[in-house]
Amino acid sequence: MKILRTNESLNNFFSEIGGLVLFARNVGQQFFRAPFEYRELVKQGYFIGVKTLPLVAITAFIMGMVLTLQSRPVLMDFGAGALLPGMVSVSFIREIGPVITALLCAGKISSGIGAELGAMKVTEQLDAMEVSGTKPLNFVVATRVIATTCLVPILAFIADAIGMLGSYLSINMYEPMSVVLFFSQAFDSLRFYDIIPATIKTFFFGFFIGLIGSYKGYTTGQGTEAVGMSANAAVVSSSLAIFLIDLIAVQLSNLIYGI
Amino acid sequence: MEPVIEVRHLVKTFRTTRVLDDISLKLEKGMNMAILGKSGVGKSVLAKCIVRLIDPDEGEIRVLGQNMLELDAMELDEVRKRIGYIFQGGALYDSMTVQENLEFQVRRTKEEMSQADLDALVEESLRNVGLLEAIHKMPAELSGGMKKRVAVARTLIFKPEIIVYDEPTTGLDPVTAGEISELILNVQEKYNTSSLIITHDMKCVKMTANHLKIIANGRFYTQGSWADLYQSTDPEIRGYFH
Repeated sequence: MKILRTNESLNNFFSEIGGLVLFARNVGQQFFRAPFEYRELVKQGYFIGVKTLPLVAITAFIMGMVLTLQSRPVLMDFGAGALLPGMVSVSFIREIGPVITALLCAGKISSGIGAELGAMKVTEQLDAMEVSGTKPLNFVVATRVIATTCLVPILAFIADAIGMLGSYLSINMYEPMSVVLFFSQAFDSLRFYDIIPATIKTFFFGFFIGLIGSYKGYTTGQGTEAVGMSANAAVVSSSLAIFLIDLIAVQLSNLIYGI
Repeated sequence: MEPVIEVRHLVKTFRTTRVLDDISLKLEKGMNMAILGKSGVGKSVLAKCIVRLIDPDEGEIRVLGQNMLELDAMELDEVRKRIGYIFQGGALYDSMTVQENLEFQVRRTKEEMSQADLDALVEESLRNVGLLEAIHKMPAELSGGMKKRVAVARTLIFKPEIIVYDEPTTGLDPVTAGEISELILNVQEKYNTSSLIITHDMKCVKMTANHLKIIANGRFYTQGSWADLYQSTDPEIRGYFH
């Protein structure tokens, strides 16, 4: 009985993966097909980018402060207080900024897309588009996936900058330090391989946040309960995908740069 | 008379349940055909197969002379523009106003149309369903009956040759249901459409349909005019009239 249940779970898991791959292929084809829905893309860009910015900014600011406040005593014990700006910048730009931004977007954007598309599916709005000759994959899905793919990297970049600002302010709570000195120490520690892989992975984070949210919404079952389940599944699956992409990105960049 | 919809030996199975089992029908030009049946017998599945929202397992579907199962995506879209489909809940796009709902499809298919012409087209469609005053409202501000009317207006904007109504009066009070039935008749008169009406509302059927088909166990159980079926002594058929 237990083996049967495991078998069924594995089956469901692989059919989900297969479904997502096929969905990604179909959505990818829409990127290059007319009509290009500029107005909808701008609208989604506004909802995804502008509306998420305050949440990302506040979280990054707090994370920058907390990281500095937690690390400072340890570094001071070893007489390495001067390394603090460099340590914060490397941690933030390599890992914390992109991952925290992506997780916040998974919670806010992916669930929102999952719920919105789920509701559209349940109320037959997607069918209504299809039957009238408008491709919902083009109008509804491709625009959201392009918007998340382009905007998550920008949000991550802003998160990095605001996190560093938080760090600077928290250092100044203990000892005065000029902005120029802080940022020159911070940037001195950064290498090419700290910035490029971290930036590239944010595009993948954005793509999968949009894709998984859309997929979960697009494949919603019947009834309002299914909409909630889709939103929930979108957050869980996107978060897992973010960690998986992060792991792969770290391994790849270590391999490429021989770290 | 020339059939606008012709379905032959249609079969559709979901997992182990055969919902449609060898279904055939012919909807002739100008005809209003009602498909009756208990809930869950596959009436909506049949309607969705006709417009290829669902692909059947077996059979043939010809709409306006085109074999729907052999069309590519572009050809399918062209045929679909000639068919109106009214969904059970209206399926209005809830992030758009009534006006935007009506403009949505036209903007994508008639890019050369000026805003003034588009406004006139939208107003004409809404006037025909008696809802011009709702033009700037959001779908959430409309009652069930108004949503159905807007859905009809959204369909009329393309001046379709066939309209498929999926449960047009379900969830409406008797007065509003009667108004929707009248609207179906008015639309047919004015636009010279052929209609396929999926319903279990006998008042609507009596008002609108000139041919009835009853589905049971995935097959057409019987067919005929209202008068033919009303006189039947078969308890399965009598059940619909009481």
